[in-house]
Amino acid sequence: MEVIVEQSFKKTKKTAIELKNLTKRFGNLTAVDGLFLDIRWGEIFGLLGPNGAGKTTTVNILSTLLDPTEGYATVAGHDVVEKASEVRKVIGLCPQEPAYFPYLTGRENIELFGQLHSVPQKLLGERIENLAQRVDIHDDIDRRASHYSGGMIRRISTIMALIHDPPVALLDEPTVAMDPISRRSVWDFIKELRSQNKTIILTTHYMEEAQELSDRVGIIDEGRLIEVGPPQDLIDKYQVNDLEDVFVLRTGKKLKEEV
Amino acid sequence: MDFKRVLALVKKNMKKFTRDPGTLFLLVLFPVVLTTVFGFAFGGIGESGPQSFEIGVVNTDYSSDHPEWASGFFTNLSDIEGVILVEYADNETGQADLLQGSIDALIVIPTGFGDSCQSYWEFPFDGTSWINTSISLYLDSGSLVATAAVPPIVQQVFLRTLFGDAKISLDVPVQLTSPQLISASSVSQWDFMVPGMFAFSAIFITVIVAQSMTVERNEGLLRRMSTTPVTSSDYMLSQTLSYMTVAIIQVAMIFLTSYLIGYRPATGLIGIGFALTILAVFSLSCVGLGLIAATFTNSADGATGLAFMVAMPQMFLGTFMPLGGIADTIASIMPSTYVTDALTTLFLRGALVTTPSIWIDLVLVVAASIIVVIAGILVFDRWGRGM
Ligand SMILES: Nc1ncnc2c1ncn2[C@@H]1O[C@H](COP(=O)(O)OP(=O)(O)OP(=O)(O)O)[C@@H](O)[C@H]1O
Ligand SMILES: [Mg+2]
Repeated sequence: MEVIVEQSFKKTKKTAIELKNLTKRFGNLTAVDGLFLDIRWGEIFGLLGPNGAGKTTTVNILSTLLDPTEGYATVAGHDVVEKASEVRKVIGLCPQEPAYFPYLTGRENIELFGQLHSVPQKLLGERIENLAQRVDIHDDIDRRASHYSGGMIRRISTIMALIHDPPVALLDEPTVAMDPISRRSVWDFIKELRSQNKTIILTTHYMEEAQELSDRVGIIDEGRLIEVGPPQDLIDKYQVNDLEDVFVLRTGKKLKEEV
Repeated sequence: MDFKRVLALVKKNMKKFTRDPGTLFLLVLFPVVLTTVFGFAFGGIGESGPQSFEIGVVNTDYSSDHPEWASGFFTNLSDIEGVILVEYADNETGQADLLQGSIDALIVIPTGFGDSCQSYWEFPFDGTSWINTSISLYLDSGSLVATAAVPPIVQQVFLRTLFGDAKISLDVPVQLTSPQLISASSVSQWDFMVPGMFAFSAIFITVIVAQSMTVERNEGLLRRMSTTPVTSSDYMLSQTLSYMTVAIIQVAMIFLTSYLIGYRPATGLIGIGFALTILAVFSLSCVGLGLIAATFTNSADGATGLAFMVAMPQMFLGTFMPLGGIADTIASIMPSTYVTDALTTLFLRGALVTTPSIWIDLVLVVAASIIVVIAGILVFDRWGRGM
């Protein structure tokens, strides 16, 4: 069902996500400053930048939580302000701060979000089993969410975002606080999503993650997009060893999340 | 509006109610505990089991040609086990003792009682030839057992007096007036409190709504849900339905608790149905007030405090006793006042469901609830979602 929807978008719209002069101000503070960006269908786009750069603000605009102050954004051809309800049907958001109902189990949290997206009950059960296997939370899926560790809740949160099999996924730091094994399982999962032609925006502070998963990355600093391209192109362009070097070189700041 | 989504959210809320000990306590156990405590504190318990009634009698049938009927009635009455007769010379002294609580009931034998009984036996099948009279019965409303037991006893004694031991039910010339409840100052307030208990506990819904909505907002759940196809009307409807369900369960629990400790409302199933209806509507206004409280605070504790501030005046001004003066004026704008009024009319005074005053109460509560719930939804949607 969702796949058909996605293909019909592809025929009509070349870009999955389009930002035109996207700007967001909070009072005097310009959190997002005139972004222009086209993201293709089936592309994994890594959004990088220091703390407070404007990544979450951008993701929130795309997920219809915030209205831009200037410019506009479209998802699957729908304006995020004018056609917010259309946008909500095609996106899956994994917020930076995982939001979940503590008194529900992991499975119930996921089920609820599936139901909010009108996923048929039978399909829902199958998908939960399947997704839980893939991010390695299967054994703990029926525990109360309030009893989960930070890394577990993030994996549940990721499934909550993807249970309706959305063509566009917005993942805001999905692997933060995960142990290396869990992180690998989520990486593998994201790679699988790519093979299913999903369009993904992924924000992260882990340069290794961005390098491994992204078709293209964008580096954003103080609300401005200062670099866009495939990771290897950027590394070649600045003649450095890895993406982290590019990041440090371009933003002039040490990564704070590396501890 | 998508009914399946609403249902999914209602189910989620029901799980919250049953799994979160704090919520469960405040919504269900607390009202039950409160009912029990109040029941013990204000009387109503300890009256059950075999006990004797002191029934005052006043005979105003002195000039009758057939005084034997009245004296027969008294003999039959004093023959009943557990009944102690206290004779009074006139109605006033009897009433005064009833008010003091020294007797449980007062029976006034009307003038012409003997003639009335006699006329029946002269023309047993010709109702038009009867001389009709009424026995007046006054009951101490604080004595639960007396209010329940005395009217049938009097009825039974009268029939025995008229017919001997033969058990027949026929039209007869003497009617028992529907008992008038007199509150005795020295006895329990419990009967007056029970109607207030229902409204009192529904008001806790305001607190829970405010609390849970603030939590869902602060945890980012409202934001997260708003990136799905769920609409605010789906969400609000689910909240309203969930809490109305809770209100109905609450009412049932309080009813059951007070019934178990001896409370008997002076109304039948239809009256109880009416009470449930007005309480369900009232719970809507509690949900609305909860939404308003949730809008104007940013922490769960703040919401609880604010909701209590909103609910408090309703709890004490609108529900229990009339306090008089300015308190009454304030109470007159609280929906809980009208809920309690209707419940008192039904449960305490035993009025019929057709009594106009309770329908006026219902209309007022419906109007207030619609206004408050719409205001709550608008206000919360506009300022309370934290987007
Ligand atoms: N609701 C808000 N009100 C005022 N300022 C805000 C609001 N949301 C974000 N900001 C500001 O906007 C800027 C961008 O924040 P944003 O959350 O987008 O950063 P980020 O790139 O996601 O950072 P991080 O890596 O720490 O998650 C910050 O300076 C932040 O303080
Ligand atoms: Mg962020």
